[in-house]
Amino acid sequence: MEVRTLDPSTEFMNQIMETIPDGERIKMCLQCGACSGACPFGFIMKYPPHGMIAAMRAGLIEDVLAADTAWMCVSCYACTQACPAKIPVTAGLTTHVKEEMLLAGNVPTELQDALEKAQRYFNPLGESPRKRAEWAEGMDPEVTIMAKAKRPVDFLWFVGDYASYHPSVRKATRNFARILQALGVDFGILGPEELSDGDSVRLAGEIGLFEMLAEKNGAAFAKYEFNEIITTDPHAYNALKNEYPRLGFSYPVRHYTEFLLDYKDQLQTLFKNEVQSSVTFHDPCYLGRANGIYEAPRELLGLIPGIELTEMSHTHENSLCCGGGGGGMWLDGFRWEKAKSHISEWRMREAVHALGKPSSEELDTTAQPTRILAVACPYEPSRFIDAAKTVPGAEGLQVKEIAELLAEAIGIEE
Amino acid sequence: MNIVVLVKLVPDLVEELEIDSSGTSLDTTFLRQIINEPDEHALEQALLLKEASGATVTVIGAGVDGMDDVLFTAAAKGADREIKLTGSFEAGINNHAMARAFAAMMGELAPDMILTGVQAHNDIDGALGPLVAQFLDLPYIGYVSGVSIAAGECTVRKEYAGGLIGEMQAPLPIVLGIQAAEKPPRYVAVSKVRQAMKTVSLEEQSTPELDPSGAAVIERMFQPEGGEHAEMIEGDVDQIADRFVELLRDAGVL
Repeated sequence: MEVRTLDPSTEFMNQIMETIPDGERIKMCLQCGACSGACPFGFIMKYPPHGMIAAMRAGLIEDVLAADTAWMCVSCYACTQACPAKIPVTAGLTTHVKEEMLLAGNVPTELQDALEKAQRYFNPLGESPRKRAEWAEGMDPEVTIMAKAKRPVDFLWFVGDYASYHPSVRKATRNFARILQALGVDFGILGPEELSDGDSVRLAGEIGLFEMLAEKNGAAFAKYEFNEIITTDPHAYNALKNEYPRLGFSYPVRHYTEFLLDYKDQLQTLFKNEVQSSVTFHDPCYLGRANGIYEAPRELLGLIPGIELTEMSHTHENSLCCGGGGGGMWLDGFRWEKAKSHISEWRMREAVHALGKPSSEELDTTAQPTRILAVACPYEPSRFIDAAKTVPGAEGLQVKEIAELLAEAIGIEE
Repeated sequence: MNIVVLVKLVPDLVEELEIDSSGTSLDTTFLRQIINEPDEHALEQALLLKEASGATVTVIGAGVDGMDDVLFTAAAKGADREIKLTGSFEAGINNHAMARAFAAMMGELAPDMILTGVQAHNDIDGALGPLVAQFLDLPYIGYVSGVSIAAGECTVRKEYAGGLIGEMQAPLPIVLGIQAAEKPPRYVAVSKVRQAMKTVSLEEQSTPELDPSGAAVIERMFQPEGGEHAEMIEGDVDQIADRFVELLRDAGVL
């Protein structure tokens, strides 16, 4: 019997149609270009999303895979949001392009380094897996680590990579633990048994690594009793909610901003400080566009006495990515070479526009900050803190996790 | 063209190293081993040679904990044969013993070229490459950062201090200590490694009694010990000069 092999472009399209929910919608693309217009890096990609589809249809997918500009994709879902035909552009097309590039070995060196670290140390930062709970050392009361406590808890807190290890996020992590303790929440963490959720390596095309990490996390979850998972990381939230179930690990999960709304009244009785500040909120892509959670973080911010909330020009489903998604945390050098700018800086300019120029008191570094960019994703602090150093008008502007602002209002911040 | 790549594992420095109660070796309780980085370059160089001029690439490593993953990864990257040395390695294996065990296997493999990392951070008894070359009575060139093969000879680029690079021709067979491959070691997707784990079977070869002789004996292993702090001499030129003279007198040299 004659064995016919499909040409690479047809095979590529069939894979999307067969493996991605709603993947067959890719046939409905009318080449309107809305995806590429919404894409923050569409201007620099040799094949922006609609161009990938055109090339695939013309039998030229190999040209798409040979160009390296698909690594500009930050998996921010702006294309998916903009598509009038509801094609799963991020989940299907761009992630699959990256997967094929990765399998062919077309991977920027800095991304390769992060993937190898995630493979070996189970976190892309290359930190010791034994030190995953180091942030909690010395806390009083102690943070419950499941393997040591050997008891059921109400909530398992999935801390995530950056919240566990990154120096500019650990403080917010401890502050969130203090909030849970102040609220009397019965919670535990996996500590060294927790591994990277893997969502960003998945979106960088490393599907096999994602599955390996998910399987190991799934095995750790199965060892313990808890009612629900809560997480401080929108990427972990996305993985646990939308990707782990298809691998057989299904648990109710909420992002901490949704979770804390259950304690709204109690929080208000705990608040004793005013946080006198103008605040603008940056919607994390994986809380907002990918999962439709826009109001929970704003509602929480609205509870904090003294805060005046203003919106940036890109907001809610139209929000702009910080640049860290889809492997972006590990591609800064590559993207700088291509674009000669960072999206985090564009976003910081919007924050300055929304919050106004610095006041004279703010430039006095000892004074209380009056302009705050509030964030709810551990990828963001380091990116925006850096951006604030270079964007004119951002002098003295502070970047804070919502958990930190809540802890300040309660008076338990570190 | 047969290329053999010798790889070894070294303690992973992501974990802090501790010394065991004997005071002469590392505490292995929490020790994780990782492929020696220059060995990864040696493998990459072998794969580049295979792609450029055709070769059979055989990777060999002592079967300590973690070696299976290294060998499956090598297979997924494109190596042709993976051989795991089996034996009693619990007490550790020094480079002399490892080099003798590797050398004993070479007759059958008939390598034209043996590549290994030029050094490893646990080379307490010397680098592996020169030892293998000595036991096989083969020439050795170290600090290599580029190799090509033509007409039964190889052209080798060797790095010297001060940014100099020497290009030299050498006969085959030869042992090369690789400093860096011509390209960074390639990435191999986890799915390909997992595939290799299902489809590739590692060959096993048992080693006779290990012979670690010829190596230095470790009397004491210890963390760097802080000495007395340096004295910063302050003052004007005359005062500093006076203090210098005083110190030199105290030391008995004036």
